[in-house]
Amino acid sequence: MDLTTEYLGLRLKNPLLPGASPLVDNLDSVRRLEDAGAAAIVMHSLFEEQIALEARAELNHVDAHEFSFAEATTYLPAADDFALGPDRYLEQIGKIKRTVGIPVIASLNGVTPGGWTSYAKLMEDAGADALEVNVYYLPTDPLQSSADVETQVLDVTKLVTDAVGIPVAVKLSPFFSALPHFARQLHDAGARGLVLFNRFYQPDLDPEALDVKPSLQLSDPYELRLRLRWLAILSATMSGDLSASGGVHSGLDAIKALMAGATTVQMVSVLLQQGPGHFAEVLKFVDRWLDEHEYESLAQLRGSLNLRTCPDPSAFERANYLKILQSWSGR
Amino acid sequence: MISPIRRATVDGNEAAAAVAYALTETLAIYPITPSSPMAESCDEWAAKGRKNLWGTIPRMVEMQSEAGAAGALHGMLQAGALSTSFTASQGLLLMIPNLYKIAGELHPFVLHVTARTLATHALSIFGDHSDVMACRQIGMAMLASATPQEAQDMAAVAHAATLRTRVPFMHFFDGFRTSHEVAKIDLLPEGALRALVDEADVEAFRRRALTPDAPVLRGTAQNPDAFFQAREACNPFYAVLPGVVEDLFAKLEELTGRPYRLFEYEGAPDAERVVVIIGSGAETSAECSAWLNAHGEKTGVLKVRLFRPWSVAHFAAALPDTVKAIAVLDRTKEPGAVGEPLYQDVVTSLAEARTAGLLPRSCDPVVVGGRYGLSSKEFTPSMVRAVFDELKAEAPRNHFTIGIVDDVSGTSLAWDREWDIESDDVTRAVFYGLGSDGTVGANKNTIKIIGEETDNFAQGYFVYDSKKAGAVTISHLRFGPRPIRSTYLVSRANFVGVHQWEFFDRLDVLDVAAPGAVVLVNSVHGPEAVWAALPREAQETIVTRKLRLYTIDAYRVARETGMGGRVNTIMQTCFFAISGVLPRDEAIAQIKKAIEKTYARKGPEVVQKNFAAVDATLASLHEVVVPAAADSDRHRPPPVPEDAPDFVQRVTGMMLAGRGDLLPVSAFPVDGSWPTGTTKWEKRNIAQEIPVWDADLCIQCNKCVLVCPHAAVRAKYYEPSVLDLAPPTFKHAAFRSTAMEGMKFTIQIAAEDCTGCTLCVQVCPAKDKANPRHKALDMAPQLPLREAERANYEFFLGLAEPDRKLMKAEVKAVQFYEPLIEYSGACAGCGETPYIKLLTQMFGDRLFMANATGCSSIYGGNLPSTPYTTNREGRGPAWSNSLFEDNAEYGLGIRVALDKHHEQAQELLKLLAAQAGDQLVADLLGGYSSDEATIAAQRERVLVLREKLRGVDDLAARRLELLADYLVKKSVWIVGGDGWAYDIGFGGLDHVLWSGRDVNILVMDTEVYSNTGGQSSKATPMGASAKFAVSGKEQPKKDLALYAMMNGTAYVSRVAFGAKDGQTVQAFFEAEQFPGPSLVLAYSHCIAHGYGMEHGLEQQKLAVESGYWPLFRYNPHRTAPGEEPLKLDSAAPKIPLSKYLANELRYRILERSNPEHARALQAAAQKQVTSHFEIYQRLRDSMKVPAEPASN
Repeated sequence: MDLTTEYLGLRLKNPLLPGASPLVDNLDSVRRLEDAGAAAIVMHSLFEEQIALEARAELNHVDAHEFSFAEATTYLPAADDFALGPDRYLEQIGKIKRTVGIPVIASLNGVTPGGWTSYAKLMEDAGADALEVNVYYLPTDPLQSSADVETQVLDVTKLVTDAVGIPVAVKLSPFFSALPHFARQLHDAGARGLVLFNRFYQPDLDPEALDVKPSLQLSDPYELRLRLRWLAILSATMSGDLSASGGVHSGLDAIKALMAGATTVQMVSVLLQQGPGHFAEVLKFVDRWLDEHEYESLAQLRGSLNLRTCPDPSAFERANYLKILQSWSGR
Repeated sequence: MISPIRRATVDGNEAAAAVAYALTETLAIYPITPSSPMAESCDEWAAKGRKNLWGTIPRMVEMQSEAGAAGALHGMLQAGALSTSFTASQGLLLMIPNLYKIAGELHPFVLHVTARTLATHALSIFGDHSDVMACRQIGMAMLASATPQEAQDMAAVAHAATLRTRVPFMHFFDGFRTSHEVAKIDLLPEGALRALVDEADVEAFRRRALTPDAPVLRGTAQNPDAFFQAREACNPFYAVLPGVVEDLFAKLEELTGRPYRLFEYEGAPDAERVVVIIGSGAETSAECSAWLNAHGEKTGVLKVRLFRPWSVAHFAAALPDTVKAIAVLDRTKEPGAVGEPLYQDVVTSLAEARTAGLLPRSCDPVVVGGRYGLSSKEFTPSMVRAVFDELKAEAPRNHFTIGIVDDVSGTSLAWDREWDIESDDVTRAVFYGLGSDGTVGANKNTIKIIGEETDNFAQGYFVYDSKKAGAVTISHLRFGPRPIRSTYLVSRANFVGVHQWEFFDRLDVLDVAAPGAVVLVNSVHGPEAVWAALPREAQETIVTRKLRLYTIDAYRVARETGMGGRVNTIMQTCFFAISGVLPRDEAIAQIKKAIEKTYARKGPEVVQKNFAAVDATLASLHEVVVPAAADSDRHRPPPVPEDAPDFVQRVTGMMLAGRGDLLPVSAFPVDGSWPTGTTKWEKRNIAQEIPVWDADLCIQCNKCVLVCPHAAVRAKYYEPSVLDLAPPTFKHAAFRSTAMEGMKFTIQIAAEDCTGCTLCVQVCPAKDKANPRHKALDMAPQLPLREAERANYEFFLGLAEPDRKLMKAEVKAVQFYEPLIEYSGACAGCGETPYIKLLTQMFGDRLFMANATGCSSIYGGNLPSTPYTTNREGRGPAWSNSLFEDNAEYGLGIRVALDKHHEQAQELLKLLAAQAGDQLVADLLGGYSSDEATIAAQRERVLVLREKLRGVDDLAARRLELLADYLVKKSVWIVGGDGWAYDIGFGGLDHVLWSGRDVNILVMDTEVYSNTGGQSSKATPMGASAKFAVSGKEQPKKDLALYAMMNGTAYVSRVAFGAKDGQTVQAFFEAEQFPGPSLVLAYSHCIAHGYGMEHGLEQQKLAVESGYWPLFRYNPHRTAPGEEPLKLDSAAPKIPLSKYLANELRYRILERSNPEHARALQAAAQKQVTSHFEIYQRLRDSMKVPAEPASN
């Protein structure tokens, strides 16, 4: 079966990608992912927040103690050559490029137009084949409207797409009130594709300690449902590429995402749990499944169950919810 | 000259280290102030792959002490590797035995020494020649530098000369004055080093290496028949040495144009009065002499460069034979000697020279010796003039001192403190800042900008605080068209920057201002109100000296541009704008360039913020219209309150006000003894915010009291009736105690002593249920609370102290007892002081502390003020510091003495049983115990005994009176950090652990040499970056606890108060009770770990939860059936080690610089932590005593 896929203008040997994760920190696992059939490497995100936080922490906790006391003008080795995350990240792009033959998609995470967007250009210079801009933002200010939020994301997108020549995808959260409209605007702003969706850290509460506990949970296959719906809705009208991210754990999950309209399918949690080797199994499954079900091509399958082509489009709309409730109450 | 001159602004340490590095293959190093930066630079250069002259990276090994380093160096040299090291002071003394060997075997070697005071009646980190002068007999050549430029040049000559002559060299320069002075120097090009060092000498050295391929034997033992002759065999090597150095000087001059002489004379060719001097003081002397000669006098200065071997011929040749009087100035003191070393050499040389015909018989000058500059005491042109003036006398005073007022022995020469010869074309600027506001860093950039971007020469010298929290820094900068030779502080500044407003109330900051100077003040008051806000003294200085006053609200600019408390770039921009050293636009461009260089690696955000601060500055800078007369009613408050004791008023207060130099000899105790309890008179008010107590919410756990590093949070319970006299805002709650129902309880903050670290707020478990952000302790601005809390605290201190007989080994109970260390100069949020404070609460009134040199000896005993204090009975910790390396032995000695006193007291008691009464004697003999009730009873008995002895007319009674207090058991604690316990003092620690004596050892483990700036020790964990382990520590942390347990006779515990405070208290209690040696290893978070200290407690928890720092208590006496000698007090690892490591920059540094290596080391560390915990579990299980004795 020919699985070749065009994503963000890149020619990929198949539609399956390891998503942004710490796996790419290690060149060994990057190599293993390529061996397992990964079509491209998506690097973990360089966080705007992280860049600013680390710099601030160093100023407050390291620099503030310098040149105060005669016996110790500093307390840690001079860090002239110890770059903050960004430089290390840029170096890592180069290293991965030299290690593997598949495209490398770098990822930049932030929300405000600012100094950090200059890293987009540096990533391109370092050899990235495409960029994923991850807009990861929780509006908590009652004076900020949804339009403000959208404008900000569009500004960032434009800033980045203007700055670089390589294709740019935007990774979104699911919390936009009119996603199809916003998706169109992003496309107009220069985004070649959308990645659906990023996952927020969901903090837990500790009732004993009266505190909030930040926690990171790996994804659950159930989370795929949300992606399936929006892939189906957006792929029906959108001309850009879509990438499914979140909840794909098995070959069948991948098939579903592709049927809903995903151009590519990203996996993270399951690879973290089962190792890069699992990638090969999913790929094999997809390949076999298409053969067994006598598909002629991947294109035949892709989007076959989206809002435009599925037998019952209302199932993707509000009715879906009602129906389930009705069926439950009918028991 | 071989290439165009390259100039750089560097300090003396860097200048010397760069040469040493280039000419070295192996180094053995150990940190000691002020030499550490040389070794640190070498380590960093090696980590970055910098190569030496032969294209290879020098390799270094950090040793456990300077003695160890010297041993390693001897080995390196023996095996034929070009080697070097750096040291000072006591460190140099520890090397002496090996240096004799190295010299005796004629190994070419250079030891670079930042000459530093030796500890005598007190330690001092500052500069003088007492250390190097203690080495003049070794047989090393000794070459002195006087400036950073010379530190580089003489380093090169020393390395070349040692290879040529085979005689090892000590290259020395003045600690701090030269080692830390930043100056613009001409760099030695690599070509010059190649030209100086003869490859043939290197080859010859290599060929002499000891090798089994062609063995000889070194290190024989020789007998009377051979030793003497063999010892004399080296003489020719010393004989040719001055000539060799002279040749190298000539070569250096050829290469660089800089002339140097073995004895360098500068002054009138027909001088009648000459000063002979070594080191940085020679520069000042020459400056003064030149001025005097320009004003018609005939003076000169003979600067000694090659001190050993001393060449009488060269000395005589350099001395003008017109000289009639010579003053030899020594920067050292040798009590009881005929005179100090240089003086003796000069006297002898003159005699020899005349005898040998090297000087005309007519040249018969009067020679006097004098001491100056001990411990970096200022040495100014005016003092030099006083010396030259003294030489005019018929019989000039001999063995004088200059720079102090000696009203005890009358040695001192008077000098005019106002006299100044600095040229008007030299810009002299003094900046008062806080360590945390970045003033020094910005000033270093300023020097670089002016030094490297203009034709000006530049000099910077920085005076630091002895306090680590809220430290004041004073920067002394000079810029001028000629090389700057003023090796003393700026006393007449034409620019004074006051970067923190509150300094006006603490110090006479304008005293340094020259008439007409510019004063730049950071103030919230604005240009209209700032004048009125100044204290009267400052106003008067401004008016009488006609100072120009500028002001800026740099706090506001910093806030608005996101700079937080860093006002440095703002004030720096103001300096350039006002001083006009550079055209304004160019200055701003240069500042921005420097910002980019300094902060680029911190990301664009930081750079942008600094740029924004620079851009926003000038609009906020205003010149203030100065009225014709001072008009303020407000005076600068006295440094200590008027009710402080006499000594504190006379001495401490002067030192606190920065006027300690004015104190005469008679003000000081003769033997280094110093009164305790003086920090309480120094209200520093350094916290912007302090904790505020919510009496209703508080659950009265007293954890906040325990964690407070400065004893600024206190708890008491008391009778409700006393509240009648309480100030109106004094807070209280009903005491939650069934045993003490009806009593009241208060948590009180010492608002003026708090450093604002927030540890108390972090630890507070009591949250408001409806609004958990509000706790029983919340931070609030200090200023509005200051007055009321001052009264509240005073009232609180007057409340009765709890009965010590009720002491229980529980956190809450213990924390009611008075801490007998308070308001120390430790860092805000210090992880060590809570342990020491706990010690003083539990055992303080009978506590002996032997304190190893390090952070704890500095915040414990660095003047001006002393934090150890006494209780109402006048009892308190008997604290002392001997050295770094000997602390365990020192503490053991104290124990032995106490035991002997006790034994003798018992003997005398028995002897006087008839007079004292049998029952009392029996009770006293049986009352030697650590139990609080027994101690109280025993003290009562001692009082009764004294009463009885008074009437006994017997010498034995008199002797017993002197020893009676030793019938009450004393608690001996040997306290120090990991550098001491794991490294330099380990031999002693080991010995004491095996001694069986009843001593307690507290190791506050910060996992680096904290006090000297975070160098790696054997306690440094694997994967952490530290100085001397820039590339990440490869070896795991030494498990000192496991080692100590193997002894099987010592109590051993590992504690972390942030993780389990109750276990810490329990361990201290058990250690003290244990009738043999006890070792308590205490996790101590530290600023050298690279994170905010407010998270210290959280990190302690993570250290324990990850299994990195397992808590336990091992008592070899717990051997009854069913008992466990080893109790593990923390659970098996719950979280991965990475969760703990990720929060600390010391681990992140390696992740950034070499992520793969970091991951490998972290994986190895994780494995080690896991297996180590299993070892502890297995040990516990194997030691467990069966519940029932096993039947045979």
